[in-house]
Amino acid sequence: MNSLQQPRKWESFFWPLLTVAAFLALWHFAVVWTATKIFPSPLDVERGIVTLAHKNVLWLDIRDSLRRVAIGYGAAVVLGIPIGLILGWYPAINQVVNPAMQILRPISPIAWIPVAIIFFGIGDDSAVFLIFLSAFFPIVVACIDGVSNVPSMFRRAGRNFGLSPLQLLAKVVFPAALPRILIGLRISLGIAWLVVVAAEMIAVDSGLGYLIIDSRNSGKHYDLVVAAMLMIGVIGLILDLGFRRLEKMRSVRWGFRYES
Amino acid sequence: MKLSLRLRPIAFIGVLLLAWQIAVSLHPGHLLPTPLEVLRGIGDLLQHGLLLKYIVASLFRVTWGFALAALLAIPLGLLIGWYSRAEMAFNPLLQILRPISPLAWIPIAILWFGVGDLAAVFLIFLCCFFPLLLTSIQAVRSVPAVYIHAGRNFGLSPAAMIGRVLYPAVMPQLIIGLRITLGIAWLVVVAAEMIAVNSGLGFLIVDARNAGSRYDLVVAGMIMIGVIGWLLDLGMRSLERVRSLRWGYAED
Amino acid sequence: MSSSIKEGAISPSPETKLVVEHVSMIFARDGKSVPVLADIDLDVRRGEFLCIVGPSGCGKSTLLNLMGGFLPPTSGAIRIDGEIVRGPDPRRIFVFQERGVFPWLTVEGNIGFGLFKLSREERERRIAHYIQMVGLKGFEQAYPSELSGGMKQRLEVARALAVDPDVLFLDEPFGALDSITRLTMRGELLRIWETEGNTIIFVTHDIDEAVQLADRVAVMSSRPGRIQQIVDIDIPHPRDISSPRYLELRAGIYDQIGLAHRI
Repeated sequence: MNSLQQPRKWESFFWPLLTVAAFLALWHFAVVWTATKIFPSPLDVERGIVTLAHKNVLWLDIRDSLRRVAIGYGAAVVLGIPIGLILGWYPAINQVVNPAMQILRPISPIAWIPVAIIFFGIGDDSAVFLIFLSAFFPIVVACIDGVSNVPSMFRRAGRNFGLSPLQLLAKVVFPAALPRILIGLRISLGIAWLVVVAAEMIAVDSGLGYLIIDSRNSGKHYDLVVAAMLMIGVIGLILDLGFRRLEKMRSVRWGFRYES
Repeated sequence: MKLSLRLRPIAFIGVLLLAWQIAVSLHPGHLLPTPLEVLRGIGDLLQHGLLLKYIVASLFRVTWGFALAALLAIPLGLLIGWYSRAEMAFNPLLQILRPISPLAWIPIAILWFGVGDLAAVFLIFLCCFFPLLLTSIQAVRSVPAVYIHAGRNFGLSPAAMIGRVLYPAVMPQLIIGLRITLGIAWLVVVAAEMIAVNSGLGFLIVDARNAGSRYDLVVAGMIMIGVIGWLLDLGMRSLERVRSLRWGYAED
Repeated sequence: MSSSIKEGAISPSPETKLVVEHVSMIFARDGKSVPVLADIDLDVRRGEFLCIVGPSGCGKSTLLNLMGGFLPPTSGAIRIDGEIVRGPDPRRIFVFQERGVFPWLTVEGNIGFGLFKLSREERERRIAHYIQMVGLKGFEQAYPSELSGGMKQRLEVARALAVDPDVLFLDEPFGALDSITRLTMRGELLRIWETEGNTIIFVTHDIDEAVQLADRVAVMSSRPGRIQQIVDIDIPHPRDISSPRYLELRAGIYDQIGLAHRI
């Protein structure tokens, strides 16, 4: 925006490659110069990924993590969106429920771990419950926010054409609030991905989070620790990109163009 | 009439507590404490001075990690956002590092800093740094070009441009970013304390559970986490309402 | 009101479409009550083009919202075809500034928005008809963000016309357009009004606009809003806006509002 010349085409490949290469080189030489025996160099990590991929552990762990997120997050979406829409639609109900929610919401989902274990024992159900909790409140809040920010003009236009309240919700309020809701969904997917790793470090014995803790505890395999971290990063990135693509769909995109 | 409206939310909380009490008393022998036991638990903790000590410990870590991240990430982000080539260069690297759950860094934090405050502060720093960096990059890039043209038109020096145009223009977005990030930091500190240190509210929860299944203390800790997180959010929101920063919200 | 006459059957003369009877409106703001409209009486004839002009803050938009049924009046009543207005109704459509089009629907989706009760073929026929009428052919699949201000305004008018309303309420519909687009839009609106024959009630603060369009202009004074005068614009369409009669009528309204003619 500010640089006077538009960057050329080759630059869009050149600069990122240069930074990544510089980062890897810095990492590599930092390991070499400090002569650490424990911390892996980029090459060690690459070997670590290959080993994991060969042993099939990696795929199983990725699958487990993704399954937990899919179930927990899916449940949060299915429950959170209608509840959020209703609370946004009826401010009177929201006023009653809001303070209770405001106190429950900032309880770190991770702090629920002991309670989750009482309810569900150690295993998938606990992890899924934690992910559900971590995504549920942000989704509800995003929906309330989205609905209460729909311009009153749209609602009036909808009523003018004789829509019933339910039709108004489905045909006017929901699409009008959708951009904000989607942003909320994307942010809460990020949080869910953050929490699944934590939950797996404590409450279960599979998944990428477990892989990290296990690699460290069973013989300080820090190359595998970093390899698993990278996998977490890459999958998180893919999830995020997928969501952003959804936001760019034509019928949804309108809100984002207005905001920028 | 007005009073009864005010009382309804409190009544709703009362109903939730009552439901909790009844649900627990219907399953005697269950580990879960009743609200009264939790209240007594909080009293216990207060008496031993543990509650205050742990709250201070958690807040200390969050403050340091959050402040360091803000001090580093915001100027860096503004700089990267300002130069489109820099943004191009750093974007892919940031995109991969960012979604690594800060908790996944725990082993590395312990390796580098040992079990203790430093490791926790490092984790908080990490979990704040990337979101703040990306928010500030995004904020600069979305400053409308007319503001910048206007600034150039009046012949502002680069420093004046940053101080008088860029900084006020990005402030509303930055403050929202800071609020969301503080929420994440509060979430992460609890997790970090469960694993990497032996004080703080997160440690309280794990310790109470492991040392004798004191679930009243577990829930007491959770409630304290909720209340403090709520206060932090409230504080950040009141910052959003400061008049000179508010322009960004009034528009929609 | 005499009890022998049933509500909704008070002698609607065939000429009268809409009646505003002793309407007052008081808003409560910060605990104080602010009178916005005071004792408004107004008759609107069937098929008439009525403009309401007045300085900003005179309550003309509020009056239009009352007629549209979006607000209940503090006292008095509004009748359309003798029937008291109790809420918004698809027989009378409110057109906002072009911001009222739904940005998440295409041109087709917007025009078809109010037609959900019709069969599919009928809906498509009407959509096609009104797209043609407002000159948006070729933009059926476009989203509002891809249209110009004038096109969005035409789209909103088309969306309103598609449900075949008796009455159109337009609230400063061309206020956000540039002056050239505004001129063409006035011509378009007159053309549409002449073919469709709806009753149009049009709020504006632009005196020229009112004199160019309306059969009658209701001039409002402010705080609280009252109808100061109703001016008959007795010039046939198309109007010559440099004719002495046009200039005379315009000057009369400027006088009413208390504006000088010279800058």
